[in-house]
Amino acid sequence: MTYILKPQLHHPNLKTNDLGKTRRDYEGSVSTLCAGCGHDSISAAIIQAAFELSLPPHRVAKLSGIGCSSKTPDYFLGNSHGFNTVHGRMPSVLTGANLANRDLIYLGVSGDGDSASIGFGQFAHAVRRGVNMTYIVENNGVYGLTKGQFSATSDKGSKSKKGVVNHDSAIDLVSVALQLGATFVARSFSGDKDQLVPLIKAALSHKGSAFIDCISPCIQFNNHAGSTKSFDYVREHNEAVNRLDYVVGRDPIEVDYEPGTNTLVTQHDGSVLNLHKLAAHYDPTDRIAAMTYLQQRQAAGEVVTGLLYVDPTAEDLHENLETTSTPLNSLGTADLVPGSAALARINAGLR
Amino acid sequence: MQRTSIAGPDYFHKVVDCQWACPAHTPVPEYIRLIADGRYSDAYMVNWKSNVFPGILGRTCDRPCEPACRRGRVEDEPVAICRLKRVAADNKDDITARLPEVAPRNGKKVALVGAGPSALTVARDLAPLGYHVVCYDADAKGGGMIRSQIPRFRLPEEVIDEEVGYITSLGIEMRLGQRIDSLKALLDEDFDAVFVGTGAPRGRDLDLPGRQEAAANIHIGIDWLSNVSFGHITAVGRRVIVLGGGNTAMDCCRTSRRLGGADVKVIVRSGFDEMKASPWEKEDAIHEDIPILNFLVPKAFTHENGKLTGVTFEKVEAQYDDKGRRRLVASGEPDQHFECDDVLVAVGQENAFPWIERDLGLDFDEWDMPKVDPVSFQSTRPGVFFGGDAAFGPKNIIWAVAQGHEAAISMDRFCQGGDVSDRPEPGVTLVSQKMGIHEWSYDNDISNDHRFRVPMREKEAALKDIRVEVEMGFDQALGFKEAQRCLNCDVQTVFAEPLCIECDACVDICPVDCITFTDNGEEEDLRARLKAPALNADQALYVSAELKTSRVMVKDEDVCLHCGLCAERCPTGAWDMQRFTLEMTHAGGTGACGR
Repeated sequence: MTYILKPQLHHPNLKTNDLGKTRRDYEGSVSTLCAGCGHDSISAAIIQAAFELSLPPHRVAKLSGIGCSSKTPDYFLGNSHGFNTVHGRMPSVLTGANLANRDLIYLGVSGDGDSASIGFGQFAHAVRRGVNMTYIVENNGVYGLTKGQFSATSDKGSKSKKGVVNHDSAIDLVSVALQLGATFVARSFSGDKDQLVPLIKAALSHKGSAFIDCISPCIQFNNHAGSTKSFDYVREHNEAVNRLDYVVGRDPIEVDYEPGTNTLVTQHDGSVLNLHKLAAHYDPTDRIAAMTYLQQRQAAGEVVTGLLYVDPTAEDLHENLETTSTPLNSLGTADLVPGSAALARINAGLR
Repeated sequence: MQRTSIAGPDYFHKVVDCQWACPAHTPVPEYIRLIADGRYSDAYMVNWKSNVFPGILGRTCDRPCEPACRRGRVEDEPVAICRLKRVAADNKDDITARLPEVAPRNGKKVALVGAGPSALTVARDLAPLGYHVVCYDADAKGGGMIRSQIPRFRLPEEVIDEEVGYITSLGIEMRLGQRIDSLKALLDEDFDAVFVGTGAPRGRDLDLPGRQEAAANIHIGIDWLSNVSFGHITAVGRRVIVLGGGNTAMDCCRTSRRLGGADVKVIVRSGFDEMKASPWEKEDAIHEDIPILNFLVPKAFTHENGKLTGVTFEKVEAQYDDKGRRRLVASGEPDQHFECDDVLVAVGQENAFPWIERDLGLDFDEWDMPKVDPVSFQSTRPGVFFGGDAAFGPKNIIWAVAQGHEAAISMDRFCQGGDVSDRPEPGVTLVSQKMGIHEWSYDNDISNDHRFRVPMREKEAALKDIRVEVEMGFDQALGFKEAQRCLNCDVQTVFAEPLCIECDACVDICPVDCITFTDNGEEEDLRARLKAPALNADQALYVSAELKTSRVMVKDEDVCLHCGLCAERCPTGAWDMQRFTLEMTHAGGTGACGR
């Protein structure tokens, strides 16, 4: 753990975004995680994405549960709203916050323990309800804080640092999210920011539940031979189905790839996702095909990464529930307390 | 690009910008750390070893280190390196016991002509080795231009006496008040080698109409300063004009203000910005209510009844040709006349060697300067060496010191029958500063403070007495704070490829975006592709060998804070912070004068 503050001095030519902020303005405090932790790279990718999107920090709410991953919101977006919830309960708190104030941008950060074990049910319900959020699981396949036991996402047959073989089947959060109806599903790797940053940007601008499973090697307990979440293993078995150039607005798109190798997906807000196909015939808007493909490659020992599925016309929880478009904290007393006549009307409607 | 070689002395030396820029290669960060640690005597000795006159230079140095300072590239102002040197000198204990022991006489005898900074450096380097050093100077005290040309309000006499004294105490035979009028006669004596360090003693004159008639009130700047220094001149007229824009002109005008000059102006041919004087010296002059008027070329001295009445100037403007060369041309405005009682001419200095016979096998060039080898400082006559302003024309003290060191090496080799062109490489060591998992033996917590101003004496008090020093220097507390601004550029980031697992931790933590992992390419292409494009071509790229993913690590040295966070966040120790020490070779071998 580093004890000193990161120096305020920055590169003299550091770029500013539309808000006049530099990337450094989106940082948080210095990480207390182990040196080299993949989670720190994901934090850096979130910082980069928020900077490039020119997000106003005070419009972002970052929520997390318990674990190494759930400590990280302290290390990015230092000027945003933060809520460190009970273990595995982040999805519920996020859902509640989203219902109360739909105007904020919600970023849930969790880990494989927090989402695939104690909070598995919470994770499932937030996803299936279509809460408008970006949900990132920093997946290292190990319980780092308690010194390296297998987690629920550890692959069957993989070895612990001490050589013990894991006999339990792994929960594949990407497959689960697809099954539960997530409208944006991606997998990436902390060691490949070129891939990760555009995915986070696209997820943040997606309306609906966007899920990113990010493999993040645990340097201390899960970066050895025999692990399937190590730098070397992931680099060797990584099969990226596409490369995403996230494009804001409706600017003309420069396609510098060969014709027919690109997929353009226009989202709700008009933003365009320019996807460069790496796997021929892979269609990221076909949920069933995606699920099939994932299972096939997984059986072949590959780690499929990229934007796996997106539904650009997705609707979110608020639309389904027909809630008020005004955040609760902006409603006046007359709207919040409509009086006994309104109550009588509702009661009458239920008789 | 090829993998960067860090094996020789130069790669990491260049990273320590201040040390690289210093002609004497003073280990600046090293002594600044000692000052921060309150080890003033140690800091002083580090300086003494490389630049010989820490107390003097801490007040007067031209400080080539400061424009080079990396801090000046990441925020507005460099570290006040020069004034920190003075903190060491002001606060040290008695260091006489630390002066080098003098070896028994080795039977060799050398003559030094002049007792200025270059000659005294030669004396300092050769005397401890056992040489019988005889030093001649026309003045009554040693120090040369340090004593004669730098006014007391910038440099108190005690400081000169002390630091010249450290050298003369090494058993130098000082023959003061003895001017050498013939090199031939000197060579006829039994010296094994002769060093000429006579400086640039002749001030340029302005041969304009009225110069002869008004001669009584027109003075050559450096001669006038020298006369003030030795107490021969104690007053000047009420209205004074100083002609010239160098540091001597600044000394002249500020001296005039203290000798009764109430209306003192500096008038220069060039524009204010192109003046040769250091910016801080101009600032100090302006602070003492001395206006600097520019683009005025002196045309004539006016006089009445044999007495100077003023100077007439032609107004000019700068024009640039297509090659960017500047020319001053008449602006067509009417001439301007300024009244005055005295004029000080400070328009440059020249070398003068009337005392060197031209039939000694010592060749002179077309500008009547001796032909001197730029490496060995030997003239075309073996055994006769030059250094300081006498060698390559007017520079400043720190250059004179650096050249003195080099000349001393040559003289030692010459006297011992060696080859003077054989120059020893400096010694280099790299030592890890890691003390614990996140502990380093240097303070890596970068200070956010801006440069501190040196406290100055009240103007009124300062102008009253020429012996009152204007700058009071940093006190210990302020010195500590300024020292903390140093980035410790000598603590180097050293990368070991086999240990790197390419986890990006260093890239993510680096506060100044120095580090990039990318595909290799040609330098120009690579510089453009880095996380922060490396636009400063003077600063090196540190390129690794190919890594496991077939990429390379590229670090732009330009604005690295040397905070060590890359090494702190590196899980495998692929980055390490290692202190680079350069041991300059002085006469008699590595670090001889420290023996």
